[in-house]
Amino acid sequence: MLEILALMCAGTAVGYLIRKRPVLVRWLEKGIIWSIYLLLFLLGLSIGTNETIMGQLPVLGGQAFLLSFGGVGGSLLFAFLAWRLFFNNGKTNQ
Amino acid sequence: MRASLIILGFFCVGLASGYLEWLPESWTRTDFSLYALYLLMFLVGISIGADARVLLALRSHGLKLALVPLVTIFGTFTGILAVSMLSGNIPVTEGLAVGAGFGYYSLSSVIISELYSETLGVVALLSNIMREVMTLLFAPLMVAAFGKLAPIASAGATSMDTTLPIITASAGKEFAIVALFHGIVLTILVPVLVTLIISLA
Repeated sequence: MLEILALMCAGTAVGYLIRKRPVLVRWLEKGIIWSIYLLLFLLGLSIGTNETIMGQLPVLGGQAFLLSFGGVGGSLLFAFLAWRLFFNNGKTNQ
Repeated sequence: MRASLIILGFFCVGLASGYLEWLPESWTRTDFSLYALYLLMFLVGISIGADARVLLALRSHGLKLALVPLVTIFGTFTGILAVSMLSGNIPVTEGLAVGAGFGYYSLSSVIISELYSETLGVVALLSNIMREVMTLLFAPLMVAAFGKLAPIASAGATSMDTTLPIITASAGKEFAIVALFHGIVLTILVPVLVTLIISLA
Protein backbone atom coordinates (compact mmCIF):
# COMPACT_ATOMS: atom_id res chain seq x y z
CA MET A 1 0.00 0.00 0.00
CA LEU A 2 2.70 2.49 1.06
CA GLU A 3 4.77 1.94 -2.06
CA ILE A 4 1.71 2.64 -4.22
CA LEU A 5 0.97 5.96 -2.52
CA ALA A 6 4.67 6.86 -2.50
CA LEU A 7 4.95 6.18 -6.24
CA MET A 8 1.91 8.32 -6.88
CA CYS A 9 3.35 11.20 -4.84
CA ALA A 10 6.71 10.89 -6.62
CA GLY A 11 4.82 10.96 -9.91
CA THR A 12 2.95 14.10 -8.82
CA ALA A 13 6.25 15.85 -8.07
CA VAL A 14 7.67 14.83 -11.45
CA GLY A 15 4.42 15.90 -13.13
CA TYR A 16 4.62 19.31 -11.49
CA LEU A 17 8.22 19.74 -12.65
CA ILE A 18 7.39 18.88 -16.26
CA ARG A 19 3.98 20.64 -16.37
CA LYS A 20 5.27 23.17 -18.92
CA ARG A 21 6.18 20.42 -21.39
CA PRO A 22 2.75 19.35 -22.68
CA VAL A 23 4.08 17.04 -25.39
CA LEU A 24 6.00 14.96 -22.87
CA VAL A 25 3.02 14.95 -20.46
CA ARG A 26 0.62 13.81 -23.18
CA TRP A 27 3.04 11.07 -24.18
CA LEU A 28 3.30 9.84 -20.60
CA GLU A 29 -0.49 10.00 -20.19
CA LYS A 30 -0.78 7.57 -23.10
CA GLY A 31 1.14 5.21 -20.85
CA ILE A 32 -1.75 5.38 -18.34
CA ILE A 33 -4.30 4.08 -20.78
CA TRP A 34 -1.97 1.32 -22.01
CA SER A 35 -1.12 0.16 -18.48
CA ILE A 36 -4.86 0.07 -17.75
CA TYR A 37 -5.46 -2.02 -20.90
CA LEU A 38 -2.69 -4.37 -19.83
CA LEU A 39 -3.85 -4.68 -16.22
CA LEU A 40 -7.48 -5.30 -17.13
CA PHE A 41 -6.41 -7.89 -19.71
CA LEU A 42 -4.36 -9.62 -17.00
CA LEU A 43 -7.24 -9.37 -14.51
CA GLY A 44 -9.57 -10.92 -17.10
CA LEU A 45 -7.03 -13.65 -17.84
CA SER A 46 -6.60 -14.49 -14.21
CA ILE A 47 -10.35 -14.55 -13.54
CA GLY A 48 -11.03 -16.61 -16.66
CA THR A 49 -8.72 -19.34 -15.35
CA ASN A 50 -10.28 -19.16 -11.88
CA GLU A 51 -13.28 -21.50 -11.88
CA THR A 52 -14.36 -20.42 -8.39
CA ILE A 53 -14.75 -16.77 -9.42
CA MET A 54 -16.34 -17.71 -12.77
CA GLY A 55 -18.95 -19.76 -10.92
CA GLN A 56 -19.61 -16.88 -8.53
CA LEU A 57 -20.11 -14.28 -11.27
CA PRO A 58 -23.91 -14.00 -10.85
CA VAL A 59 -23.51 -13.48 -7.08
CA LEU A 60 -20.71 -10.95 -7.60
CA GLY A 61 -22.85 -9.11 -10.17
CA GLY A 62 -25.66 -8.90 -7.61
CA GLN A 63 -23.32 -7.50 -4.95
CA ALA A 64 -21.93 -5.02 -7.48
CA PHE A 65 -25.44 -3.85 -8.31
CA LEU A 66 -26.34 -3.39 -4.63
CA LEU A 67 -23.17 -1.37 -4.03
CA SER A 68 -23.65 0.88 -7.06
CA PHE A 69 -27.30 1.34 -6.14
CA GLY A 70 -26.28 2.37 -2.60
CA GLY A 71 -23.47 4.63 -3.80
CA VAL A 72 -25.60 6.39 -6.41
CA GLY A 73 -28.63 6.58 -4.09
CA GLY A 74 -26.64 8.15 -1.25
CA SER A 75 -24.96 10.59 -3.65
CA LEU A 76 -28.35 11.66 -5.06
CA LEU A 77 -29.74 12.22 -1.58
CA PHE A 78 -26.76 14.32 -0.47
CA ALA A 79 -26.75 16.20 -3.78
CA PHE A 80 -30.42 17.03 -3.24
CA LEU A 81 -29.71 18.36 0.28
CA ALA A 82 -26.68 20.39 -0.86
CA TRP A 83 -28.65 21.80 -3.80
CA ARG A 84 -31.45 22.92 -1.50
CA LEU A 85 -29.19 24.23 1.27
CA PHE A 86 -26.30 25.89 -0.54
CA PHE A 87 -26.92 26.35 -4.24
CA ASN A 88 -30.55 27.07 -4.89
CA ASN A 89 -31.58 29.14 -1.89
CA GLY A 90 -35.34 29.38 -2.11
CA LYS A 91 -35.36 29.53 -5.91
CA THR A 92 -37.32 27.08 -8.02
CA ASN A 93 -35.56 24.61 -10.29
CA GLN A 94 -36.36 26.53 -13.44
CA MET B 1 -17.62 6.02 -24.33
CA ARG B 2 -15.35 4.56 -26.98
CA ALA B 3 -12.47 4.42 -24.51
CA SER B 4 -14.68 2.57 -22.00
CA LEU B 5 -15.59 -0.02 -24.61
CA ILE B 6 -11.93 -0.58 -25.51
CA ILE B 7 -11.05 -1.02 -21.82
CA LEU B 8 -13.89 -3.51 -21.38
CA GLY B 9 -12.78 -5.22 -24.58
CA PHE B 10 -9.31 -5.88 -23.11
CA PHE B 11 -10.89 -7.31 -19.96
CA CYS B 12 -13.23 -9.57 -21.96
CA VAL B 13 -10.48 -10.82 -24.28
CA GLY B 14 -8.44 -11.62 -21.16
CA LEU B 15 -11.42 -13.39 -19.62
CA ALA B 16 -12.03 -15.44 -22.77
CA SER B 17 -8.37 -16.37 -23.23
CA GLY B 18 -8.19 -17.49 -19.62
CA TYR B 19 -11.45 -19.42 -19.70
CA LEU B 20 -10.80 -21.11 -23.04
CA GLU B 21 -7.14 -21.72 -22.12
CA TRP B 22 -5.70 -19.92 -25.16
CA LEU B 23 -2.66 -18.85 -23.17
CA PRO B 24 -0.32 -20.90 -20.96
CA GLU B 25 -1.33 -20.81 -17.30
CA SER B 26 2.10 -19.51 -16.29
CA TRP B 27 1.05 -16.10 -17.64
CA THR B 28 -1.26 -15.60 -14.70
CA ARG B 29 1.31 -16.59 -12.09
CA THR B 30 3.73 -13.69 -12.20
CA ASP B 31 4.30 -10.47 -10.33
CA PHE B 32 4.15 -8.74 -13.67
CA SER B 33 0.78 -7.13 -12.98
CA LEU B 34 2.02 -5.68 -9.68
CA TYR B 35 4.86 -3.91 -11.49
CA ALA B 36 2.41 -2.73 -14.13
CA LEU B 37 0.30 -1.26 -11.31
CA TYR B 38 3.37 0.50 -9.88
CA LEU B 39 4.04 2.03 -13.29
CA LEU B 40 0.38 3.01 -13.62
CA MET B 41 0.34 4.79 -10.25
CA PHE B 42 3.51 6.69 -11.09
CA LEU B 43 1.99 7.83 -14.39
CA VAL B 44 -1.31 8.76 -12.70
CA GLY B 45 0.74 10.91 -10.30
CA ILE B 46 2.44 12.65 -13.22
CA SER B 47 -0.86 13.49 -14.88
CA ILE B 48 -2.12 14.94 -11.58
CA GLY B 49 1.00 17.02 -10.95
CA ALA B 50 1.01 18.41 -14.47
CA ASP B 51 -2.66 19.43 -14.31
CA ALA B 52 -3.28 23.05 -13.29
CA ARG B 53 -7.06 22.89 -13.78
CA VAL B 54 -7.96 22.15 -10.14
CA LEU B 55 -6.25 25.25 -8.79
CA LEU B 56 -7.56 27.39 -11.64
CA ALA B 57 -11.16 26.27 -11.07
CA LEU B 58 -10.89 26.84 -7.31
CA ARG B 59 -9.47 30.31 -7.85
CA SER B 60 -12.35 31.28 -10.13
CA HIS B 61 -15.24 29.63 -8.27
CA GLY B 62 -14.28 29.71 -4.62
CA LEU B 63 -14.75 27.18 -1.91
CA LYS B 64 -18.37 26.39 -2.71
CA LEU B 65 -17.04 24.37 -5.63
CA ALA B 66 -15.02 22.20 -3.24
CA LEU B 67 -18.23 21.23 -1.48
CA VAL B 68 -19.50 19.19 -4.43
CA PRO B 69 -16.87 16.40 -4.29
CA LEU B 70 -17.48 16.18 -0.52
CA VAL B 71 -21.19 15.72 -1.17
CA THR B 72 -20.41 12.78 -3.46
CA ILE B 73 -17.92 11.21 -1.07
CA PHE B 74 -20.16 11.37 2.01
CA GLY B 75 -23.28 10.48 0.01
CA THR B 76 -21.61 7.43 -1.55
CA PHE B 77 -20.21 6.18 1.75
CA THR B 78 -23.53 6.68 3.55
CA GLY B 79 -25.43 4.78 0.87
CA ILE B 80 -22.83 1.98 0.84
CA LEU B 81 -22.95 1.69 4.64
CA ALA B 82 -26.72 1.33 4.40
CA VAL B 83 -26.71 -1.40 1.74
CA SER B 84 -23.78 -3.30 3.34
CA MET B 85 -25.60 -3.43 6.65
CA LEU B 86 -28.98 -4.28 5.14
CA SER B 87 -27.64 -6.98 2.82
CA GLY B 88 -25.60 -8.70 5.51
CA ASN B 89 -23.31 -10.48 3.02
CA ILE B 90 -21.03 -7.59 2.03
CA PRO B 91 -18.43 -6.63 4.69
CA VAL B 92 -18.59 -2.86 5.23
CA THR B 93 -14.90 -2.19 4.55
CA GLU B 94 -15.03 -4.16 1.30
CA GLY B 95 -18.16 -2.27 0.27
CA LEU B 96 -16.55 1.08 1.04
CA ALA B 97 -13.41 0.16 -0.93
CA VAL B 98 -15.56 -0.67 -3.97
CA GLY B 99 -17.56 2.54 -3.48
CA ALA B 100 -14.36 4.60 -3.26
CA GLY B 101 -13.90 3.79 -6.95
CA PHE B 102 -16.54 6.50 -7.64
CA GLY B 103 -17.09 5.09 -11.12
CA TYR B 104 -13.35 4.93 -11.99
CA TYR B 105 -13.68 1.20 -12.59
CA SER B 106 -10.39 0.55 -14.35
CA LEU B 107 -8.14 1.91 -11.62
CA SER B 108 -10.21 0.79 -8.61
CA SER B 109 -10.55 -2.79 -9.86
CA VAL B 110 -6.84 -3.25 -10.58
CA ILE B 111 -5.79 -1.77 -7.22
CA ILE B 112 -8.26 -3.96 -5.31
CA SER B 113 -7.35 -7.13 -7.19
CA GLU B 114 -3.61 -6.54 -6.66
CA LEU B 115 -3.75 -5.48 -3.02
CA TYR B 116 -6.68 -7.53 -1.75
CA SER B 117 -8.56 -10.12 -3.83
CA GLU B 118 -9.48 -10.70 -7.45
CA THR B 119 -13.02 -11.55 -6.41
CA LEU B 120 -13.54 -8.10 -4.93
CA GLY B 121 -11.67 -6.64 -7.92
CA VAL B 122 -14.41 -8.07 -10.17
CA VAL B 123 -17.10 -6.60 -7.91
CA ALA B 124 -15.34 -3.21 -8.11
CA LEU B 125 -15.14 -3.46 -11.90
CA LEU B 126 -18.84 -4.32 -12.33
CA SER B 127 -20.13 -1.97 -9.65
CA ASN B 128 -18.25 1.07 -10.93
CA ILE B 129 -19.24 0.36 -14.54
CA MET B 130 -22.85 0.21 -13.35
CA ARG B 131 -22.41 3.59 -11.67
CA GLU B 132 -21.34 5.13 -14.98
CA VAL B 133 -24.14 3.41 -16.89
CA MET B 134 -26.82 4.47 -14.36
CA THR B 135 -25.65 8.08 -14.71
CA LEU B 136 -25.67 7.93 -18.51
CA LEU B 137 -29.18 6.46 -18.52
CA PHE B 138 -30.88 8.50 -15.81
CA ALA B 139 -29.13 11.91 -15.69
CA PRO B 140 -32.20 13.85 -16.91
CA LEU B 141 -34.44 12.08 -14.37
CA MET B 142 -31.90 12.80 -11.63
CA VAL B 143 -31.96 16.53 -12.40
CA ALA B 144 -35.77 16.55 -12.34
CA ALA B 145 -36.01 14.72 -9.02
CA PHE B 146 -32.90 15.79 -7.07
CA GLY B 147 -31.65 19.05 -8.59
CA LYS B 148 -28.79 19.97 -10.86
CA LEU B 149 -25.96 18.61 -8.73
CA ALA B 150 -27.51 15.13 -8.80
CA PRO B 151 -26.06 13.77 -12.07
CA ILE B 152 -22.63 15.17 -11.14
CA ALA B 153 -22.66 13.41 -7.76
CA SER B 154 -23.95 10.22 -9.35
CA ALA B 155 -21.26 10.34 -12.05
CA GLY B 156 -18.45 10.39 -9.48
CA ALA B 157 -15.01 10.57 -11.05
CA THR B 158 -16.49 10.13 -14.53
CA SER B 159 -18.06 13.64 -14.43
CA MET B 160 -14.85 14.98 -16.04
CA ASP B 161 -15.00 12.80 -19.16
CA THR B 162 -17.42 10.02 -20.10
CA THR B 163 -20.54 11.44 -18.43
CA LEU B 164 -19.72 15.14 -18.95
CA PRO B 165 -21.81 15.47 -22.13
CA ILE B 166 -24.98 14.06 -20.55
CA ILE B 167 -24.42 16.22 -17.44
CA THR B 168 -24.19 19.46 -19.41
CA ALA B 169 -27.13 18.36 -21.56
CA SER B 170 -29.35 17.73 -18.54
CA ALA B 171 -28.14 20.25 -15.91
CA GLY B 172 -26.98 23.00 -18.26
CA LYS B 173 -23.70 24.24 -19.71
CA GLU B 174 -23.00 26.39 -16.64
CA PHE B 175 -22.44 23.16 -14.71
CA ALA B 176 -19.60 22.02 -16.97
CA ILE B 177 -16.95 23.65 -14.74
CA VAL B 178 -18.49 22.16 -11.58
CA ALA B 179 -18.58 18.72 -13.24
CA LEU B 180 -14.99 19.01 -14.50
CA PHE B 181 -13.62 20.13 -11.13
CA HIS B 182 -15.62 17.45 -9.30
CA GLY B 183 -14.40 14.72 -11.65
CA ILE B 184 -10.76 15.80 -11.40
CA VAL B 185 -10.81 15.93 -7.59
CA LEU B 186 -12.42 12.49 -7.32
CA THR B 187 -10.06 11.04 -9.93
CA ILE B 188 -7.16 12.16 -7.74
CA LEU B 189 -8.80 10.77 -4.60
CA VAL B 190 -9.80 7.36 -6.02
CA PRO B 191 -6.33 5.73 -5.87
CA VAL B 192 -5.63 7.24 -2.43
CA LEU B 193 -8.98 6.31 -0.84
CA VAL B 194 -9.22 2.84 -2.41
CA THR B 195 -5.67 1.99 -1.28
CA LEU B 196 -6.26 3.29 2.25
CA ILE B 197 -9.64 1.61 2.74
CA ILE B 198 -8.61 -1.74 1.26
CA SER B 199 -5.57 -1.85 3.57
CA LEU B 200 -8.03 -1.82 6.50
CA ALA B 201 -10.13 -4.70 5.13
